[in-house]
Amino acid sequence: MQYEAGKISAKKKHREPLLRIAKRDSMPLLLSWGIRIIAVLLSLVVCAVVIYAITRMNPLKVYGAMFEGAFGSERKIWITIRDTVSLLCIGVALAPAFKMRFWNIGAEGQVLVGGIATAACMIYLGDVLPTPALFLVMIITSCLAGALWGVIPAVFKSRWGTNETLFTLMMNYVAIQITSYCVALWENPPGSNYVGIIHPQTKAGWFPSLFGQQYMLNVILVLALAVGMFIYLRSTKHGYEISVVGQSESTARYAGINVGKVFVRTMLISGAVAGLTGFIAVSGSSHTISVNTAGGRGFTAIIVAWMAKFNTMTMIIISLLLIFLEKGANEIASQFNLNDFASQIITGIILFFIIGSEFFINYQMIWRGKNKEVA
Amino acid sequence: MEQQTAIRMQNITKAFGQVLANHNVSIDIRKGEILSLLGENGSGKTTLMNMLSGIYYPDAGKIFVNGEAASIRSPGDAFAYGIGMIHQHFKLIDVFSAVENVVLGLRGKDANLKLAAKKVCEICETYGFEIDPGQKVYNMSVSQKQTLEIIKVLYRGADILILDEPTAVLTPQETERLFHVIRNMKKAGKAIVIITHKLHEVLSISDRVTILRRGEYVGTIETKDATVQSLTEMMVGKKITLNIERPQVANPQKRIEVKNLTVMRQDGVRLLDNVSFTANSGEILGIAGISGCGQKELLESIAGLQKVSDDASILYCAPQTDASIELVGKNPKAIRDLGITLSFVPEDRLGMGLVGSMGMTDNMMLKNYRRGHTPFMERKEPKELAEKIKEELEVVTPGINIPVRRLSGGNVQKVLVGREIAAAPTVLMTAYAVRGLDIHTSYTIYRLLNEQKRAGVAVIYVGEDLDVLLELCDRILVLCAGHVNGIVDGRATTKEEVGMLMTHLQKEDGRNAV
Repeated sequence: MQYEAGKISAKKKHREPLLRIAKRDSMPLLLSWGIRIIAVLLSLVVCAVVIYAITRMNPLKVYGAMFEGAFGSERKIWITIRDTVSLLCIGVALAPAFKMRFWNIGAEGQVLVGGIATAACMIYLGDVLPTPALFLVMIITSCLAGALWGVIPAVFKSRWGTNETLFTLMMNYVAIQITSYCVALWENPPGSNYVGIIHPQTKAGWFPSLFGQQYMLNVILVLALAVGMFIYLRSTKHGYEISVVGQSESTARYAGINVGKVFVRTMLISGAVAGLTGFIAVSGSSHTISVNTAGGRGFTAIIVAWMAKFNTMTMIIISLLLIFLEKGANEIASQFNLNDFASQIITGIILFFIIGSEFFINYQMIWRGKNKEVA
Repeated sequence: MEQQTAIRMQNITKAFGQVLANHNVSIDIRKGEILSLLGENGSGKTTLMNMLSGIYYPDAGKIFVNGEAASIRSPGDAFAYGIGMIHQHFKLIDVFSAVENVVLGLRGKDANLKLAAKKVCEICETYGFEIDPGQKVYNMSVSQKQTLEIIKVLYRGADILILDEPTAVLTPQETERLFHVIRNMKKAGKAIVIITHKLHEVLSISDRVTILRRGEYVGTIETKDATVQSLTEMMVGKKITLNIERPQVANPQKRIEVKNLTVMRQDGVRLLDNVSFTANSGEILGIAGISGCGQKELLESIAGLQKVSDDASILYCAPQTDASIELVGKNPKAIRDLGITLSFVPEDRLGMGLVGSMGMTDNMMLKNYRRGHTPFMERKEPKELAEKIKEELEVVTPGINIPVRRLSGGNVQKVLVGREIAAAPTVLMTAYAVRGLDIHTSYTIYRLLNEQKRAGVAVIYVGEDLDVLLELCDRILVLCAGHVNGIVDGRATTKEEVGMLMTHLQKEDGRNAV
């Protein structure tokens, strides 16, 4: 009676669906990296087509220019390394927070306040304190500033259950406004609206050159932080607590873990490392402070942290890739008189393919007619 | 042929990754007949039926509806073929009324509320349901919600009804009423499939039984030729004894004394109301009740995970010293720091008892990872414990570092119970310890609980299967809407008495405490 309509559609519909998606069990490591490499190669092919369609230029030349931009000279290599470790450092800062499923998108602000603290020390104490004491003070104040910025949202979350995503995001704007104020306060020469290079003659509070390399200290510091964070997350009791809280708060309570305390403690660490990034950015590379000191890296680092699945060692590769793309894009923009958007399209396509390849690693597709007898 | 075949599934195969959920399964579903689909958990019953209701699509094999080849790609297709499935977890909108839920997703004339209400009443009359079309779902009992789900399917014109473990959440009385309705639907010529692993239900309601084991088709027999023993053997694949041991209680001593325990939800609803009881060493105290009657809150209160009322008292009486320690106001860590080992197997195994993304080793340390004076983890002992549990409880896992969420339900539970028992507890609380486990694993769990009882542990067993509660427990506390509605002797009581206590709240003075 009622299923008459069904009978009609039944005839029409007797066909297997064209494409079905099923989750894979697991995949050998070699094969999954193979898929990722294929994704990169495919993205380069697609980019080549896009480049040719838009600019009528030889894609290989463009790729050559990208490589040139990142690794073309010793100076360029060191700038790429400097920016890579700067991005990596923020990624390291975000790792414990994200592993705890605490959405800290306030790294930008935490880096800025760390930078402000460093710049203030350089300006007010640079010619007063001896160098070792000055560095100690800069490290401590930048860590404290970043930690403060990180811990406020954590305290609110653990006490009143506020949403940390909005809270950390808002804290960025507060940090940016404070930075603008400080820039106005410290501007040099007056009226320029820039702080300018701090202590260009005495270089008080600047990172010393190591092995004749200006940025060697940055690299050593950040790699040490990355290794330290790797061990902290993997082998310590704190790291274990972070993993449990991140997986399930009720499991954490069941285990007797004070969830609020872990939130606060972890955000103190996350914020402090972000603050330290501000210190490295000001004292170790730009020697000045502006609202662009963090330069959006606080947000880019979120991508780094996620793509690396919070593994700080994998983050090294991801940071390098992102910075390479950024430098390469800038280079082709200037060398071929393209505007920024064209080079950003290329970066976007490559990232899309890399992230998209994860789908093929986690899922398999079954086409119509490929019904197989599973033994 | 006297009976027409409604559905024929031929050589159906479905795999999830490496796991074969169904392999080459063929079954017939006939009109005017009740077919039981019997099998242990993980034997592929639900997966097979989900391919009829359009949730999964088979990897191989054919489905015929009324003799014609059919391709069911979505629940919408399934309805077009007249197939309706009542899932274990209800899919209803709480704030809607019964009739609003019935028409949800329909268009045109079918969605007219007045006409629908009338038709719902007609359906009720035909098959013997009782439901008020205007009642809101949040005011309904579990059995009413189930009735509504069945009506919803009938309203859409289903002739083939699939019920997934329909009695799991019902009391004995409600089960009887459901069976009455199912028999009426059979008389009306509908084809009915009941997915179950309860043997006595199979025997009392179905005409034929199809048995699956580990995704494979074992066979189909007429119910009149079947016995509990023969069905079990087909289901498990070997002879097993179906008796649960119940050693006599030796030297019981008061271990936990709960007084005036009240737990309020944030909106002021009393989840537990003035609960008082004692749990003794060397005894299994069963806790019966319809699901959501405060069982979870009761165990969590003892474990230090619930906020309880100010006048509540939970006393722990230490075995040797006879000292009484108040547990109210202490969190799990504080309780452990006092040297009290309360083991707790919570209902939500992966969401509370274990960390799904971690392997066995890391899960072993969950409660004692603080051991040692360095800031670093000590993984040697937990690793040995994991190896030991894997071997002794026959946990099937590719390795002790494989995330436990990738293990099957039974193995997850073995890991959890193994850890909690390894802690050498004085009190062992379990919530739905055998839910979703196959017979073999269930009996392993009963054996472990009895071992703990013999060792003088106070065991608290929250269960849902009354047959098991009556066979395993020394005393049974029955909860009804957050009240202690009676504490009965497990050896003397009957299923009907417990079922009655579960559903009918008695006056305070009507308690028959033992």
